[in-house]
Amino acid sequence: MVTETAPEEAMDAANGNSGLISISGLSLYYGSFQALRGIGIDMAGRAITALIGPSGCGKSTFLRCLNRMNDLIPGVRVEGRITLDGVDILDPAIDVVELRKRVGMVFQQPNPFPKSIFDNVAYGPRIHGVTNRAELEDIVEESLVRAALWTEVKDDLRKSAMTLSGGQQQRLCIARVLAVKPEVVLMDEPCSALDPISTLRIEELMQTLKNDYTIVIVTHNMQQAARVSDFTGFFLTGELIEFDQSTVIFTRPKDKRTEDYVTGRFG
Amino acid sequence: MNKARKEKIVFALLSLSALAVIVPVAAVIYLLVSRGAPAISWSFLTEMPRHAMREGGILPALVGTACLMIGTVIFAVPVGVCAAIYLTEYAGQNAFTRLVRLAIVNLAGVPSIVFGLFGFGLFVLFLHFGKCILAGSLTLALMVLPVVITAAEEALLTVPKSFRDGSLALGATKWQTIWRIVLPNSAAGILTGVILGMGRAIGETAPIMFTAAAFYLPRLPSSAFDDCMALPYQLYVMSTEMFNPSAKMQWGTALVLLMLVLGMSLIAAVIRNRFRRRRAW
Amino acid sequence: MHTALDETGSLAESLTRKRRGGWKDSLVARFIFLNGIAAIVAVALIFVFLLKEAIPLFKTVSLWRFLSGTTWLPDQNQFGLVPLLIGSLFVTVGAVIIAVPLGIACAVYLAEVAPRPVREILKPTIEVLAGIPSVVIGFIGLMIAAPFIQNLFRLPIGLTALTGSIMLAFMSMPTIISISEDAIVAVPKSYRDGSLALGASRWETIRGVVVPAARSGIIAACMLGVGRAVGETMTVLMVTGNASNLPNGLLGVPAYFFGPVRTMTATVALEMGDTVQNSPHYYALFAVGLALFAITFAVNLVADLALRRTRH
Repeated sequence: MVTETAPEEAMDAANGNSGLISISGLSLYYGSFQALRGIGIDMAGRAITALIGPSGCGKSTFLRCLNRMNDLIPGVRVEGRITLDGVDILDPAIDVVELRKRVGMVFQQPNPFPKSIFDNVAYGPRIHGVTNRAELEDIVEESLVRAALWTEVKDDLRKSAMTLSGGQQQRLCIARVLAVKPEVVLMDEPCSALDPISTLRIEELMQTLKNDYTIVIVTHNMQQAARVSDFTGFFLTGELIEFDQSTVIFTRPKDKRTEDYVTGRFG
Repeated sequence: MNKARKEKIVFALLSLSALAVIVPVAAVIYLLVSRGAPAISWSFLTEMPRHAMREGGILPALVGTACLMIGTVIFAVPVGVCAAIYLTEYAGQNAFTRLVRLAIVNLAGVPSIVFGLFGFGLFVLFLHFGKCILAGSLTLALMVLPVVITAAEEALLTVPKSFRDGSLALGATKWQTIWRIVLPNSAAGILTGVILGMGRAIGETAPIMFTAAAFYLPRLPSSAFDDCMALPYQLYVMSTEMFNPSAKMQWGTALVLLMLVLGMSLIAAVIRNRFRRRRAW
Repeated sequence: MHTALDETGSLAESLTRKRRGGWKDSLVARFIFLNGIAAIVAVALIFVFLLKEAIPLFKTVSLWRFLSGTTWLPDQNQFGLVPLLIGSLFVTVGAVIIAVPLGIACAVYLAEVAPRPVREILKPTIEVLAGIPSVVIGFIGLMIAAPFIQNLFRLPIGLTALTGSIMLAFMSMPTIISISEDAIVAVPKSYRDGSLALGASRWETIRGVVVPAARSGIIAACMLGVGRAVGETMTVLMVTGNASNLPNGLLGVPAYFFGPVRTMTATVALEMGDTVQNSPHYYALFAVGLALFAITFAVNLVADLALRRTRH
């Protein structure tokens, strides 16, 4: 049973939630080391934006700014502005806990909790106050369906999540994020620990998800970025070198450095 | 003499040092078992003592020790576990945290008699609790606190950071993450620490000498404000101050005490091993 | 389907609205913090209380007289710490002389030489030794070791500093062994490989590379063992005889060692029960306790600093 998306879209439109992320002048310092230099982009809602670049260029750091996970690292200082639907999320007055509900994250290493499949997906709704068992069951089913995992696990949701394969665990983590009904889903190299077949399934999944969520994915796999994304940003040593539609970045990039990276001359 | 022979000799000498540990332990256990076992019987464990500890059983001492142990756990575990949570989940890497850790190390090194002195002065006299189980438990809890904190902290640190990150990224608060993810997955390790602390508390004499323990009380304690008998104190007085003590009672008491303490260590080790093997990550 | 998750309104509203129950988080954090500093509070409280109860002594007996007096006779209001200090010193030094070489040797054996089955037996045995209550060790000392030493050395009484040293050595060894072993095991494999690759034998590697590299940790282990010995109460109370003596000059040291002595810890344990509250004797015992606290605090501080250096 998949809920209709139309009522949600209408609600989002009424609330002005278009998933548009706007960044300007974003800089980040680890102590005295500057990891991000004056980043500025507008990322469209309901689309997939890929961030590529060589190791250590800051793309994961940038991603973690979007749900303020960098707050957890001591000694980090952030400057600039990040707005989500017009709200500046770097403002200290906003509720970070609520932000992370709206902006979900899938990590590089699948990290399901050592609980049952059901309890993993239900974890998010439970901490946000959903206690009704029937409600939870509906949410869990819906999330697992959206994450393309339902048919494989529906017979025994009480099995431990740790018994699933790597690809299944990652889809479980995606389901877990979807269960809190975010607007944005951040993915930090979600397939780098997975085999090619699982990777393909997740890429297919992303194409369906982008109808309802804004997706930002960090990847070191350029072919994946080319396959999957609508827009791509190229990062190099903390700077955003170029940001454009993916077809442009991968066929006729404007900056020579982008071209060098994309054609494999370095990286 | 060539290198190889010299090395063999040195290694043989080193292995003798192991004997310096194994032989005394074996001797102690042998002595206690051979001389104490004859004293142990159902009546020894369940009867009240008679004739100023020359006959009868050690029931009040067992009960008193148990009461002190429970009291210690009540005071030491909540504080210790929360202190460990503070160190692993809330504290930063700064001078203040180093100070906290320094205090824990120093608390662990305070002589047991100083705890006894402190407990006597503060709980028995200054706060007018009098010599009682409450005062003894508080004193023992203070003594056992570093053990609980250290073991709990170790257990909390075995929970991988990725679990915490996953939970926080879903919009959980720090406390929700601790309560729902970190604590349940470190419970076994924390339990191990609690049991080790209890084992430590059972065997200590100096902290309870002036705060709770009495030598000959042929009645069971009826409230936390009663004083009580306790196994270690009993053994001490029987060995040093009694005129014409019963050797059987002495060895029997010593054996029971040792078995209790070692039993706790064993239980803690079993729990620790089972937890390690069944850990899903 | 609308659930609690949907009732959040526009993004701006939900992000800036104060979360219901947000006050709970700061309350919990505050509570946890208070428990976190419990150890600091405890140590400070002990120190302050000991000080509070010891200071009145110095109205009748000057601090200098307390620290340098050579007689401890409470009945005659003589509160000199020196015999107790010397007693503690001798017993501790004796224990250290026995425990340190044996302990380090055992740690080296355990870490570098012992085959697996021996390790599997030895490690639990050490833990058992560490777990034996001090009163039981004192009891064994009293019943077995003291008569043995009395017969062996033909002494008038077997309760001596020597007996105390031996029993204390047993109690300190587990500490010395396990912390030294940790330090030795922590030496990087690359050091050992480098030495062996140069043609050194295993023993030469241990002696020349591994042990020196683990030096700080081993020293810390010994200091912690010393701290344990100085602070031990029940064992020394039961086997050292508790006579408040002093050695008869330098030549009298051996006789002193083979005779009964009294430590600081035993003094407090023995006399506390008999004192009247707020008498000079009462204050004096707290002063001894304070001295004990200061000594073990200093020893543990130095050991901790040494251990900290090994981690960097």
